[in-house]
Amino acid sequence: MSNKMHIKLKVNGKDEEFLADPRELLIYTLRERLNITGPHIGCETSHCGACTVTIDGKSVKACTMFVAQASGKEITTIEGIGGPDDLHPLQTAFKEHHGLQCGYCTPGMITRAAKLLEENPNPTEEEIRFGMAGNICRCTGYQNIIKSIQAAAAEMNAAKEAAE
Amino acid sequence: MIPAAFEYHRPQDMAEVLAVLEEHGDEARVMAGGHSLIPMMKLRMADVPHLIDLQDVGGLSNIDIGDDSIRIGAMVTQAAIIDHEGLGAVAPILREAALQIADPQVRYMGTVGGNVANGDPGNDMPGLMQCLDATFTVVGPEGERDIPAREFYEAAYMTAREDDEVLTSVTIPLPRGGYAYEKQKRKIGDYATAAAAVQIENDGGTCASVAIAMTNLSDTPVYSEAAGAALVGTSVDDVAIKAAVAAMLGDIDPTEDNRGPVAFKKHVAGVILRRAIERAWSRA
Amino acid sequence: MKDEVTREDRVANLKGLGCSRKRVEDARFTQGKGNYVDDIKLDGMLFGDFVRSPYAHARIKSIDTAAALEVPGVLAVLTAADLEPLGLHWMPTLAGDKQMVLADGKVLFQGQEVAFVVAEDRYAAADGIEAVEVDYEELPVIVNPFEALKSDVVLREDLVAEDGSIPPGAHGPRKHHNHIFTWEAGDKGPTDEVIANAEVVAEESMYYHRTHPCPLETCGCVASMDKVNGKLTLWGTFQAPHAIRTIVSLISGIEEHNIRVISPDIGGGFGNKVGAYPGYVCSVVASIVTGKPVKWIEDRMDNLMTTAFARDYHMTGQISATKEGKITGLKCHVTADHGGFDACADPTKFPAGFMNICTGSYDIPTAYLEVDGVYTNKAPGGVSYRCSFRVTEAVYFIERMIEVLAIKLNMDAAELRRINFIRKEQFPYTAALGWEYDSGDYHTAWDKALKAVDYDGLRAEQAQRVEDFKAGKTRKLMGIGLSFFTEIVGAGPVKNCDILGLGMFDSCEIRIHPTGSAIARLGTISQGQGHATTFAQILASEIGLPADSITIEEGDTDTAPYGLGTYGSRSTPVAGAATAMAGRKIRAKAQMIAAYLLEVHDNDVEFDVDRFVVKGAPEKFKTMKEIAFAAYNQAIPGIEPGLEAVSYYDPPNMTYPFGAYICVMDIDVDTGVPEIRRFYALDDCGTRINPMIIEGQVHGGLTEALAVALGQEIAYDDMGNVKTGTLMDFFLPTAWEVPNYETDFTVTPSPHHPIGAKGVGESPHVGGVPCFSNAVQDAFRPFGNTHTNMPHDHWRIWRTANELGLHD
Repeated sequence: MSNKMHIKLKVNGKDEEFLADPRELLIYTLRERLNITGPHIGCETSHCGACTVTIDGKSVKACTMFVAQASGKEITTIEGIGGPDDLHPLQTAFKEHHGLQCGYCTPGMITRAAKLLEENPNPTEEEIRFGMAGNICRCTGYQNIIKSIQAAAAEMNAAKEAAE
Repeated sequence: MIPAAFEYHRPQDMAEVLAVLEEHGDEARVMAGGHSLIPMMKLRMADVPHLIDLQDVGGLSNIDIGDDSIRIGAMVTQAAIIDHEGLGAVAPILREAALQIADPQVRYMGTVGGNVANGDPGNDMPGLMQCLDATFTVVGPEGERDIPAREFYEAAYMTAREDDEVLTSVTIPLPRGGYAYEKQKRKIGDYATAAAAVQIENDGGTCASVAIAMTNLSDTPVYSEAAGAALVGTSVDDVAIKAAVAAMLGDIDPTEDNRGPVAFKKHVAGVILRRAIERAWSRA
Repeated sequence: MKDEVTREDRVANLKGLGCSRKRVEDARFTQGKGNYVDDIKLDGMLFGDFVRSPYAHARIKSIDTAAALEVPGVLAVLTAADLEPLGLHWMPTLAGDKQMVLADGKVLFQGQEVAFVVAEDRYAAADGIEAVEVDYEELPVIVNPFEALKSDVVLREDLVAEDGSIPPGAHGPRKHHNHIFTWEAGDKGPTDEVIANAEVVAEESMYYHRTHPCPLETCGCVASMDKVNGKLTLWGTFQAPHAIRTIVSLISGIEEHNIRVISPDIGGGFGNKVGAYPGYVCSVVASIVTGKPVKWIEDRMDNLMTTAFARDYHMTGQISATKEGKITGLKCHVTADHGGFDACADPTKFPAGFMNICTGSYDIPTAYLEVDGVYTNKAPGGVSYRCSFRVTEAVYFIERMIEVLAIKLNMDAAELRRINFIRKEQFPYTAALGWEYDSGDYHTAWDKALKAVDYDGLRAEQAQRVEDFKAGKTRKLMGIGLSFFTEIVGAGPVKNCDILGLGMFDSCEIRIHPTGSAIARLGTISQGQGHATTFAQILASEIGLPADSITIEEGDTDTAPYGLGTYGSRSTPVAGAATAMAGRKIRAKAQMIAAYLLEVHDNDVEFDVDRFVVKGAPEKFKTMKEIAFAAYNQAIPGIEPGLEAVSYYDPPNMTYPFGAYICVMDIDVDTGVPEIRRFYALDDCGTRINPMIIEGQVHGGLTEALAVALGQEIAYDDMGNVKTGTLMDFFLPTAWEVPNYETDFTVTPSPHHPIGAKGVGESPHVGGVPCFSNAVQDAFRPFGNTHTNMPHDHWRIWRTANELGLHD
């Protein structure tokens, strides 16, 4: 019954075009079709945030979006946030402050945190806890995640100040 | 969790939406942010052979603040409600309630239209809209019509909207006085154990008007006229609040679930309403 | 001018024991380059998924797969009938029972695996599942173990003889057709006598509810049978890859050398990934049948409903004491709900795990424990969720009994603990139920904890709060949760610890490279604990090469030495010891090489940080880097070239980490909402390898404890339906619900461990659950509460307040 759809995405700056079943979930498109395996699958009902990506400037849980809905949009995943030669301050801070253990939630966590800091460069601890509440971590108890985000914010603000 | 296959439609205007709805009848469903519908489809609890994505339909994402009322397009997200500068000044209860819905990611996608239209008793916006005496505008093959929020909900997932109609906007008379949206939940991402929306006017120490609605305490949101009547004309003292709570308890009909048994829910509903009234009154 | 390199610089350069070394794992994880099982993609890979039973107890009258086979992309549908000729329709469990791989005539729990659909992709598999038609005949459902022991309904017909008699099970005689075993420890007669004649006896019944480890990554695997070479490769979420290889070999008949099991990065385990699940077996069979790789990945509902529940212990206790509070005896009975199959992941001789550590941290002269295991229509499992085998249950039991006794004695619970602690000079201490505790200094830890939180001040504040509450000035009560725990980890000595006959030793192989770097491989597997970081630190201190120059590898059975894996906090106590011992073998050979190079006798050189020096002449030395080069490149008489070592470590005893936790909580009696104001955690895990990682483990374990104590449960209705199958209802706290924790420590090394380390990963969970629970219960103590069951979610807290008349 279902016809394949022509899908166009821009993922981490790269244009992608392909035919897909509209029910394909965006998380599988990324992971299985485009081999972008940073975003993970945790709960599948939009509670855990392991699949968080940025779509047109919004943090979105990619397990709860059909690829058909995403067509025409610009998507950033952890792979687009920073790599070996251009690490994002959050990536450095998470390592420095032990903000991860098994690493499974980390890509979604950092992707969400990057958006949070974009919207609120000076968050209080309470604002971080509230702003990160869509991402579940089973290992860290969050304390060091908060610390990592605070450290990255300070680092980013200092860099901004130095540049001005 | 993989949904059954479906035909995807992304119409560019409302006429096209209505045409698809007319063609496929109850095999078609419209979708806004999808954060209620998609999990149901993945669990195969909702079968949607024709999915109509409203994202490209123009004119559904505006927030217009008029002299007497606010019009919110169906596709306005919870995040947009929270971030909108003017709205916070004229109807702060909207922001207070939106912040208590789900989590940041879900609020970027979740819309006012989806939240009020799908009839899930757990959703927060329906009760809020009843409190604010909002009107829902739906459009169908026969044209537009307005349905008061207080008359919209019939049972769980059953509303006054016909299958071939689409909810396009919500219009709210500018709220007056103090406000509170009070919600108890088990954790971020949970529906309410009990929630209360209160908008109240203070005229020299006397309650001039009040509207009270409760969430997730029945198979529909509950606008409690009796609870309001118990407060109007009083100084909103302990006796009046007790009367309002008692009246509200007569209107709700909670059922037992993982959040707790009926007796607990009733008790918490009373506590939450009391707190909402007190907080709203302190702001009135 | 270059400053002289000091000895401190050399020590720092190693990043060895005691250093908060940053994790080497993190670069890949923070950049989205981890490699978890679902990231594996092989040419032609198929996808398998299960048809699962909607019923908790039903007979299967027929399975019709015809329509499913018509679904485009579906290649095969396996049922028990297909597996039976291979003898794979049932599989052995870790507990000596057997479990259906696919439903063989009936189902015993909701979600049980009925058929396995193999398809080209996950979409076709999902559609195929919908098209399989199963005709069920519903049977009476039993979800309560006490009812199960009275019921005529036979859950396991396969365990009843034809004449209706009940043959013994793997752990001895069975009393009823739904009974699994009775397990005893201690002395019944003397304990009964002590309790009967005691000045004071406190009794309590408590239910430690069923929950689930729920790591963020679910279980899964990829099986790839290479028919040309006869080799099976199995990637999966395995906490014990070698044990899985042996089990797969035993049940499939494929020789062990033809099986390669690989645990890639694992997204959290917490006990969920110890067992062997039907998905593994079906994937292997499907790969053999199709000749293609087959992937199986659980979804979250599958995970919560079917693989590896934890707890579900109904415990009844009696504790006796003198009027002054000196404990004289302890008795415990457990009715253990094991679900439809006994698949508990415990050492074979311990069907109730180490529940017999339930005398806790106290010098209790006489004790008796009896555990009855029971079948019900619930999922199998019984894993140790972030704890050593059943130790959370044991510690919860004793820490509740202490509180109940304190109420009976009208004594302060902190003081009651203090006067009953095993004293420092009593170690090694043999407990009444048999364990020999290696070391401890409980009084020092307790005093430090009480002082840190100003315990007396807290009690004064609490008393004032009670006054205020009674006077109507507040509706919030204040609870002070205390917990002092002793863990028993590092299973374990092969003389009494095995799983399915596999001794619970562990191993390390080290290869030093000529230029002075190294690789070490272990039989364990990290699931977030940071082994690649910490094991290199142990080695760095042992062999004098920088941790940054040492690669740690785990999880590939083709390359790693045999070991029993990572769970029960056994990695540091067992594999960590193997690592140190293998390092010492390297050092012993290096000493001979150094002596030769320095032209002195072996005994005239000594190890110093990163080098061997001539005794009394520190300017004469050879660094380990130089020695490594010489080992490979210089002919040394009487010494083989190369520098490698292997150690298989069979620990002489368990290790016994301990700790003191205190929680301060405010409770809204009208809504039942608790608020954690403060949490102080003092841990003593012996020698501390990496303080940063220890602290991270404590934060995480406490958060999992908070979840279990305050709401997380696998709940069933009377029909055996799981009520908590998604993360809407199964409580995993977010950053918003979790407090900041204060951590602290004392150091009491293990006397028998090569570096004195005891393990820490599970302590915070073991000690945390009773601490959170005691805080809730303590808040209501002034109003007559003695005990209420977990989970303390809003409505149950409210119920306690309600029953105590606090809403009138």
